[in-house]
Amino acid sequence: MAVVMHGVLLAATAAATATGHASLVDWGTFVVAAAIVLSGAIGVVVARNPVHSALMLVMTLFGIAVLFVLQRDDFLAAVQVIVYAGAIVVLFLFVIMFLGVDREENIAAEPLRGQRPLAVALVALGVTGLLLLGEVSKWTTGALSVAGSTDSSTSNVAQLGTSVYTTYLFPFEVTSALLVIAVVGAVALARRPPAVVTAPDLDLDDGLVDESAPATDDAHQEVTP
Amino acid sequence: MTGATSALNGNISGEWYLALAAVLFAIGAFGLLIRRNVLVMFMCVELMLNAANLTFVTFANMLHDIGGQVLVFFVLVVAAAEVVVGLGIVVAIFRRRANATADDFHLMKG
Repeated sequence: MAVVMHGVLLAATAAATATGHASLVDWGTFVVAAAIVLSGAIGVVVARNPVHSALMLVMTLFGIAVLFVLQRDDFLAAVQVIVYAGAIVVLFLFVIMFLGVDREENIAAEPLRGQRPLAVALVALGVTGLLLLGEVSKWTTGALSVAGSTDSSTSNVAQLGTSVYTTYLFPFEVTSALLVIAVVGAVALARRPPAVVTAPDLDLDDGLVDESAPATDDAHQEVTP
Repeated sequence: MTGATSALNGNISGEWYLALAAVLFAIGAFGLLIRRNVLVMFMCVELMLNAANLTFVTFANMLHDIGGQVLVFFVLVVAAAEVVVGLGIVVAIFRRRANATADDFHLMKG
């Protein structure tokens, strides 16, 4: 799919460089991708079933990947599809199915009074402030190529790899530590507490079953793994 | 937008991408504020992270700086770790009490 998109975009680029203006294909791709992104995002928020929300999230992530390709950012587009749509959303769906919470939620009911108008006002205020700041102030200094340029002489993957393994080597190593910690944390959270498993035997009296309690515990320990 | 900058942005000026990212972030923030289902709230956080990613990539192309794309790379890693741990917490809470929404999560209140 990404290959097809890339082919389309290469054709669009050729057409654009020939004319020197934003081509119709570029604009068409952008508009369609933006519509997909926004409709998916709205779908995530308003869908009553969490499974539908997750599928809408896939739609949004795919639109974002298209926008990445449109900006000549091939590697991140591929990673976006693989990691987000392939792993994270599947994890969401897995947890939804695992917990059995895929029933409809009544969105019309408002648990906290006045929360929704407040949320609308807050978000509108934030976006207005952002757009105003973007209009009246200069956010970028115009200084170019701090970490390496994005020239089109080498491929995007090569540039990204060079930058990650030279300038950003230390953050890259720290990332591995973060992933290990996350895995250990997830395993620690997902483990069932052992006290629950052996509860029937230990329930009688702590002083009297002191002899037999370790034995039953050991028996359970052997069975469970 | 100068000609050279817009040429690298796929001939569409970067402001369009930034505006789209702002709207996407707003939708995500709105959803995070109004929804009660913890999993949907997580998905809204993902929407906001993706808006930030889009902004990073757009600025990377506007400024010809690969650093923005590297940051997106790291954001992806952190998002994956965040989802793993967050969903682990959600599973642990749901195991203790089914049918929980975000309003019920006051277990640490004495």
